[in-house]
Amino acid sequence: MANWDLFRELDNMRREIDETFRNYGLGRSMAAGFLSPARNRFPLMNVREDSSNIYVDALVPGVDPNGIDVSVLRNAVTISGERKSPLDEKGQVVHRSELGFGKFSRTIELPGEIDTEKITAQSINGLLRVTLAKAEHAKPKKIEVKLS
Amino acid sequence: MAANEVAPNVERNVRPREETRAFEKYLKPAVNIIEVEDSLVLTADLPGAGKETLDINVEKGILTINAGVSTEAPGRPVYTEFELAPYYRQFQVPESLNNEKARAEYADGVLTLRLAKPEAAKPRKIQVTGG
Repeated sequence: MANWDLFRELDNMRREIDETFRNYGLGRSMAAGFLSPARNRFPLMNVREDSSNIYVDALVPGVDPNGIDVSVLRNAVTISGERKSPLDEKGQVVHRSELGFGKFSRTIELPGEIDTEKITAQSINGLLRVTLAKAEHAKPKKIEVKLS
Repeated sequence: MAANEVAPNVERNVRPREETRAFEKYLKPAVNIIEVEDSLVLTADLPGAGKETLDINVEKGILTINAGVSTEAPGRPVYTEFELAPYYRQFQVPESLNNEKARAEYADGVLTLRLAKPEAAKPRKIQVTGG
């Protein structure tokens, strides 16, 4: 609670509301249970920032890194791809099925303007990290104060 | 088939491993368990886990999956949907499984474990000869 920020909380609430209504009416029931029955969003994402970059982390287990598409439009980043379902073997018996398979696409809003020329993405062990450099004018500027 | 049923232990998402000793949180990975002709195939999602931190063992009919994750991330959080924590989950498996022939693979955050069934449990086809 030490660094509780009202504006950040409000922003997160707005994101949650956007997220809820984005899927409204179109295949909500299909989206639910995609990665696992308890989650209706895929992939799960974290957004972090420092003074020069914005980092978007996404959990994409079982997705071939070469098949992940990352695209940026203004201040929104879209991550899409496909998790291929394993081939059914003859005479198989399913004891437990908690994993989801199929195509996914998700767009998330970034907390600031970015330089679209400076974007890198890497996926290691099913964790995708997209690093987006902030636009020059969006970076905090340090102004020296001179004593007269 | 009932003899090869795999039953999980206590289920909860993130839980302290031993309430009094460790304060660390653990995540329970989601799994698929499929039985095929000659083996039992367990697929677990462990995104963020390093291959070298994986620890899988079978002891007295208990299969334990343990994996560490690197939780370091640059910057400060803006919006958070997931948390990374070490993975931990146990399953009861038939003691008759052939552990010598168990194989594990790890790619793109997914662990695939193949446990070979004992010879006696494999389906056997008997040829009928007409006379």
